[in-house]
Amino acid sequence: MSRLLDISDLHVALPAESQRPYAVEGMNLHLDPNEILCVVGESGSGKSLTARAVMGLLPKPHVQISKGSVVFEGEDLAQASDERLREIRGSEISMIFQEPMTALNPVMTIGTQIDEVFRFHQRMSGKERRSRALKLLQDVQLPDPEQTLKAYPHELSGGQRQRAMIAMALALDPKILIADEPTTALDVTTQAQVLKLIKEMQAAHGTGVLFITHDFGVVADIADRVCVMQNGLVVETGTTEQVLGSPSHPYTQALIAAVPDLVPRPARPRSTEIVMRVKNLEKTYRSGGGLFGGKGRVVHAANDVSVDLARGETLGIVGESGSGKSTVARCIVRLNDAEAGQILLGDVDLRPLGRAAMRPHRSKIQMVFQDPFASLNPRTRIGKIIAQGPMMYGASAKEAKDRTLELLEIVGLDARAYERFPHEFSGGQRQRIGIARALALEPEILVADEPVSALDVSIQAQILTLLDEIRDRMNLSMIFITHDLRVAAQVCDRIAVMQRGKVIEVGPTSTMFANPTETYTRELLAAVPGKDWFSEKKIAAAKPG
Amino acid sequence: MTFWKLFARNRGAVIGLLILFLMTFLAITAGLFFPADPFSLAGVPMSPPGENGFLLGSDSLGRDVAAGIAHGAKTSLLIGLLATLVAVFVGIVMGALAGYYGGIIDNLLMRFTEMFQTIPSFIFAILLVAIMKPSIESIVIAIAVVSWPAVARLVRGEFLSLRNREFVQACHTLGMSDIRIMLGEILPNCLSPVIVIGSLMVATAILIESGLAFLGLGDPNIMSWGFQIGAGRTLLRSAWWVCTFPGIAILVTVLAINLVGEGINDALNPRLRERT
Repeated sequence: MSRLLDISDLHVALPAESQRPYAVEGMNLHLDPNEILCVVGESGSGKSLTARAVMGLLPKPHVQISKGSVVFEGEDLAQASDERLREIRGSEISMIFQEPMTALNPVMTIGTQIDEVFRFHQRMSGKERRSRALKLLQDVQLPDPEQTLKAYPHELSGGQRQRAMIAMALALDPKILIADEPTTALDVTTQAQVLKLIKEMQAAHGTGVLFITHDFGVVADIADRVCVMQNGLVVETGTTEQVLGSPSHPYTQALIAAVPDLVPRPARPRSTEIVMRVKNLEKTYRSGGGLFGGKGRVVHAANDVSVDLARGETLGIVGESGSGKSTVARCIVRLNDAEAGQILLGDVDLRPLGRAAMRPHRSKIQMVFQDPFASLNPRTRIGKIIAQGPMMYGASAKEAKDRTLELLEIVGLDARAYERFPHEFSGGQRQRIGIARALALEPEILVADEPVSALDVSIQAQILTLLDEIRDRMNLSMIFITHDLRVAAQVCDRIAVMQRGKVIEVGPTSTMFANPTETYTRELLAAVPGKDWFSEKKIAAAKPG
Repeated sequence: MTFWKLFARNRGAVIGLLILFLMTFLAITAGLFFPADPFSLAGVPMSPPGENGFLLGSDSLGRDVAAGIAHGAKTSLLIGLLATLVAVFVGIVMGALAGYYGGIIDNLLMRFTEMFQTIPSFIFAILLVAIMKPSIESIVIAIAVVSWPAVARLVRGEFLSLRNREFVQACHTLGMSDIRIMLGEILPNCLSPVIVIGSLMVATAILIESGLAFLGLGDPNIMSWGFQIGAGRTLLRSAWWVCTFPGIAILVTVLAINLVGEGINDALNPRLRERT
């Protein structure tokens, strides 16, 4: 009786020509007051559509509830009128989204948007509304609430925007808060703060929180109970202890096993041969200014960056968004031009080389990109995507084809992929194609810019293993850019931590994880979601018996 | 799904395509069915449709309206197609260079494009034809000159967004030349909107040509629909058929081309593909 939300036998039907008939099938789930229920699953598991079904926000008429009920305090929301749902949304059940920039209206101030919530649902004087809004912003710990009320969304940082969203969602003290991947777009340190905030707010208001996420680390940090979804089916529910500690379903077991832990890989001897030295690299971005003068903004994306790369090692460059890690990678592959410093490949300084002079060196440094959906030309067949590199450097069509087929095998794809187009492949497979393309020119250095951040955990693990294998097999050196310390711990021999364009700490992974010298590094390590839980797990596993 | 299946889902587009085929057939076989010069005085002037051996009547000088329509179809379709091809070519070159290189090149090319866009297109076309001698070449050039800026803007926009995509950057890291990246990698990805805008431009080109011919700026030696309407406008109340039938021909053709363009748009737009 005390149940806040009771979902029973919920079916959400997809349009006729979709891959499966139901996005969510036969779901039974309940949410009690004052608890955080995490719905976990990989992309396409139907977790987000579940949230939308509760909110009555399904993209009708293509996707709709075909069967089952969503009972909120004795009222079936699946049968409720649009009118009634509108009343409930915002006041009784509210939602926060993944990307606060798109969820907030860019042309309205934060104050106006919070004010709207009050105006639509309650009668209050303007003065009262304003004081309530101020109070809310204080509650979510935004600095200078007065100023924030007048700010537009773009004037706030990602974390601040998400705080403002939370303030809006909690404005009318709803009984249920639905959070759809609310921290996925944030940096780790910000993520940790926002998670803490959600937990505090939940405890203070006794709200029931339905928290959608793909990250088991976040689950470990925040959840009271967990519901694991796969292909629209709930495969396991239980308390956090039960599900994380002794998962019963094989899928849950596989997912938890795939979560990279923070235990660094065993150190390997470092080769004495240095293949690349980056010395005092400088790169600034200017924005604004324009034709008629005016002051532009100058951002120092790389500030006196120096790193060495030994043969056969993987150097991780770790940092939060805006730390300049991608800029450094792009300067090294010469997609961006650095202003000063040296990029020494052997004895040649690549930095000042022009396009023509750079061309013979291009093949030695290749790149794997972040987004597997944007990094392959949708109109080109896989065979051509991989083979065109060698052919540009003078290989015959036959040689290039043989090489391509060999590479497809190395990255674990079927030879039939040769004739197919990128859209026929999944994200993980595309990333394999991207790797094959980079390897086609037999580079000495592979620069990987967040190669797994767009992939599901289970796929991530596969790609990381593949990169490792390839590095050993081809004696490659690798520069691995990532924001995720868990990933870095798995693949990197050495790590360089970047903050605001500067390398603040470089060292072997194990040393750095055990004894970080810089405060910032310690903060980063502390902010990794699920850190405590998963390191305990490893310690437990390490103990025999 | 194949392109044809996607296209055929839009029934209007199929009808448009049928009409277009008929018009093309008419244009090609004009010389067979109406071997005589459409300017020749073929019989009694001002004959209503169906009388004195005129299927669609004759005009004030006794010229066969039906023959005029058949021969005019050739002119209209030819000019529409040629002018569009020229405009699309120029537009792609300008747009691609501006979008790909950005910076100063973009600024210069776009200011140049805007110069053309500030002048009302039809008046600009009249001006150009009046300066050059009215001939089929000058009309094609005039129409192309007033239509390319739209293509250039579109292509520039597409290039701007595509040039920073990761697959293009991957080509840079392979060391591919700019020309190859533009032609081989980016252009194929922005062809669909260009094809759509191009197909709609054919319709506009036919309208401009008719308008020019109506104002007496057409090629005096070539029969066209606009010329026929221009010749018949003073007789509108006494001999309605002289203007009406060429008018219907223009209407039907332009409508058909628009329908086909719409259909191509639907078929090439991947976002619409998902819907039913």
